[in-house]
Amino acid sequence: MSVDLNTVRRIARLARIAVNDAETPHLQDEINAILKFVEALDAVDVEGVEPMTSVIPMQLPMREDVVADGNIAPLVLANAPLTEDGFFVVPKVIE
Amino acid sequence: MTDLTSLTLAEARDHLKHRAISSVEITRAHLEAIERSGGLNTFVAITADKALQMAEASDARLARKEAGPLEGLPIGVKDLYATEGIHTQACSHILDGFKPGYESTVTANLWRDGAVMLGKLNMDEFAMGSSNETSYYGPVASPWLPPNWSRDRGRAAALSSDKRGLLTPGGSSGGSASAVAAHLCLAATASDTGGSIRQPAAFTGLVGVKPTYGRCSRYGMVAFASSLDQAGPLARTVRDAAIMLRSMAGPDAKDSTCSPAPVPDYEAAVGRSVKGMKIGVPKEYRLEGMSSEIDALWARGAKWLRAAGASVVDVSLPHTPYALPAYYIVAPAEASSNLARYDGVRYGLREPGADITELYEKTRAKGFGTEVRRRLMIGTYVLSAGYYDAYYVRAQKIRTLIKRDFERVFADGVDAILTPATPSAAFGIGEKGSDNPVEMYLNDVFTVTVNMAGLPGLVAPAGLSSDGLPLGLQLIGRPFDEETLFALGETIEQSAGRMTLPEPWWA
Repeated sequence: MSVDLNTVRRIARLARIAVNDAETPHLQDEINAILKFVEALDAVDVEGVEPMTSVIPMQLPMREDVVADGNIAPLVLANAPLTEDGFFVVPKVIE
Repeated sequence: MTDLTSLTLAEARDHLKHRAISSVEITRAHLEAIERSGGLNTFVAITADKALQMAEASDARLARKEAGPLEGLPIGVKDLYATEGIHTQACSHILDGFKPGYESTVTANLWRDGAVMLGKLNMDEFAMGSSNETSYYGPVASPWLPPNWSRDRGRAAALSSDKRGLLTPGGSSGGSASAVAAHLCLAATASDTGGSIRQPAAFTGLVGVKPTYGRCSRYGMVAFASSLDQAGPLARTVRDAAIMLRSMAGPDAKDSTCSPAPVPDYEAAVGRSVKGMKIGVPKEYRLEGMSSEIDALWARGAKWLRAAGASVVDVSLPHTPYALPAYYIVAPAEASSNLARYDGVRYGLREPGADITELYEKTRAKGFGTEVRRRLMIGTYVLSAGYYDAYYVRAQKIRTLIKRDFERVFADGVDAILTPATPSAAFGIGEKGSDNPVEMYLNDVFTVTVNMAGLPGLVAPAGLSSDGLPLGLQLIGRPFDEETLFALGETIEQSAGRMTLPEPWWA
């Protein structure tokens, strides 16, 4: 399988990464080189094989359903590029 | 004592315990060595004041005979571990200025046991790379000079910004490997998603351990591929690596994939007899066109283990050739999900945009480097509608088959598996991967299977190439049987003889 230029633009959009027209052909080549590399997997018979979900079998630990932390708003906001009155600030999203 | 940086971690620990040296002395010696090592570009943040404060506190505890297992020992921390109030960026531009308000469990365990932090170590951006060339902070040079290079030539190249011609220390834990090999710290934390501890260990003549998945907590480690990532140490001896891992590992309620099993005394396994152990040599690791030098090294390793009383048998792991292609679906897929959090809103870099989508797109385009962008796009593609089953689910099925291969071999009574660590010795900075990214990916061909199966792997230095560069051998163990690897690793270390590092040409 290989991707065309439109698909490259669509993937970039889905990944929320801005790409310009000058770099898309190069990206296309690189993505296709990787897709060609993974084509080897088509040769494997995976009929009836369970996909891996947990590499080491273990029981999911349970804990009491209680508040474990919180009330640390200043700490949560400490690294934000833009804040106001205890909130993250973003461009207007609702007209 | 002439040079405190020449001690191993175990030797330094013993000297500190007997008060023959102080933590402040050995910490200062390392800080001075770091100051002189700028050309290697190993440290992205030096925490000298904090280091000296921690050392003074350690000396006080040593005086009161309240010393922890790592009391007063100066170490380095890969930039991927969250360290409270201190530079933590996984060497990415997108995390500019990020100083976490919390501490990773692995580093917290180290400080609990008395270790002293010297600073944060360079790495490939978000641990995506095999040469430390994808770091936003520039490439790291290995302390090993290229064949036939003079000290002066090395120093001149180290002062140039691209360091072209010098050798890479491997990656992604390149800063950790180079710093430990150059005696800038006694040991360092590293992390391994496809080989990022073990390949740098092989390239720089060190011991590197990727423990069983779940042995160390991933809490506070910047996530790359959550089902593959594991913390581990880089050290100059097998014993030092065992001491480090014992402190790093352990149960953690903050990571639900972290094993509740108690941590054994790994150091006690160092020096344990390997007599009667059964070692598997997998035929699928003998690659077409593999250098005869690597083949000979592998055979020599098997001979050493036989001489120590182990038996060596041929085994088969038939799905080995599919591990690397399957990894390049699973790892980017998980990365594309994990790295969705870097949006320019909550931390790090922010590029203004007319609307929220443009803000995301511009921030991520500017903040992520080429390799990271490439992997995020691959990951996004293989998870997108219509391709999920064909790529991601298929790769996870193949992962099941890879793990079954290992289970079959271990069920046949094999205690550990011996393989080469890398297909070659270290290559030069700027030498690989510029035309086709897959060229760089092939570095991990022997190590990536271990992550895919969640098993422990140890690389020990096993000799020098004809060019005089370090080569390593890898041991793969049963889940949670790191002890066997430490015992076997020490046998290889002892048989190969200690590697002598070149004089500090960079200083």
